[in-house]
Amino acid sequence: MSQVTQTTQLFPHELDVPYVEGDHEDGNALAGPLSEIFTVDVTSAEGRCVGCGVTGPVARLHVYGPGPGLVARCPDCGEVVLRLVRGGGAAWLDLRGVVSLRIGLGE
Amino acid sequence: MAIVSRGFQGRRRPSDHRLPPGQYEVHDFPVLSAGPTPRVGRDIWEFTIVTEAGVRHSWSWPQLMALPAEDAVVDLHCVTKWSKFETRWRGVSLDTLLADVETEADYALVHSYGGYTTNLPLADLMDGQAWVAFHYDGEDLDPEHGGPARLLVPHLYLWKSAKWVRGIQLLLQDEPGFWESAGYHDYGDPWREQRYQGD
Repeated sequence: MSQVTQTTQLFPHELDVPYVEGDHEDGNALAGPLSEIFTVDVTSAEGRCVGCGVTGPVARLHVYGPGPGLVARCPDCGEVVLRLVRGGGAAWLDLRGVVSLRIGLGE
Repeated sequence: MAIVSRGFQGRRRPSDHRLPPGQYEVHDFPVLSAGPTPRVGRDIWEFTIVTEAGVRHSWSWPQLMALPAEDAVVDLHCVTKWSKFETRWRGVSLDTLLADVETEADYALVHSYGGYTTNLPLADLMDGQAWVAFHYDGEDLDPEHGGPARLLVPHLYLWKSAKWVRGIQLLLQDEPGFWESAGYHDYGDPWREQRYQGD
């Protein structure tokens, strides 16, 4: 027997649970995969997290993967900052967790 | 293809194994993760089906345990190209969970503790094709493999079998999940090698 109810929150406690850090690397693991797309080293760029507003270098992100794809999370709030899927003759890059990136280009 | 039995009588012989195109067999059980592992206590665990009308059907852990469970021996096919044959699970069929759910929806968006999502047609959760699984190989399902309970939809690539399943949102229109919105195929049939968008 299930309980049938109405609530405004779709799935309460979906995110509000304890976590154990799994195996992950730092953002330097993105250097090789992103070098296929960008001519600059994006791992030294400074980014601002959409989730919590903290700024920091891409190299500081927590990177999970490599399969099915690379998932880079904010080390402070855990939100997904960047996703990269490579396959089928293409790359899919999702930067939805980044407000902006400051990429040093020199003078 | 799933084999369901009360006592594993349906176990297949090794000679019956078939690999989908592009896959290779493994004997361990690789763990792939897109984030830290949620540790969901059975005291707070809940599974909820939300219809397109907003009606919620929820089960606590004791309520799930009170439902009739099935044993399933199935082959797993991961999109990262490994396949594992004859894995043994126990869980509650989605047919049981959907039995009293009134819906006109054609699509489902599965939600997990930790924020993962994956989409599939509702029809692929029915007719003995899917379970909320809580035992693997006769033991409680480890958190690394999605415990306390995960979705098991073995006829599709394993990313559809959402670990740490929290609920299912029934939808009138398809909505891409976590990997489906980042290049992976919307349906993910291993026998048609539907890995990426456009396959």
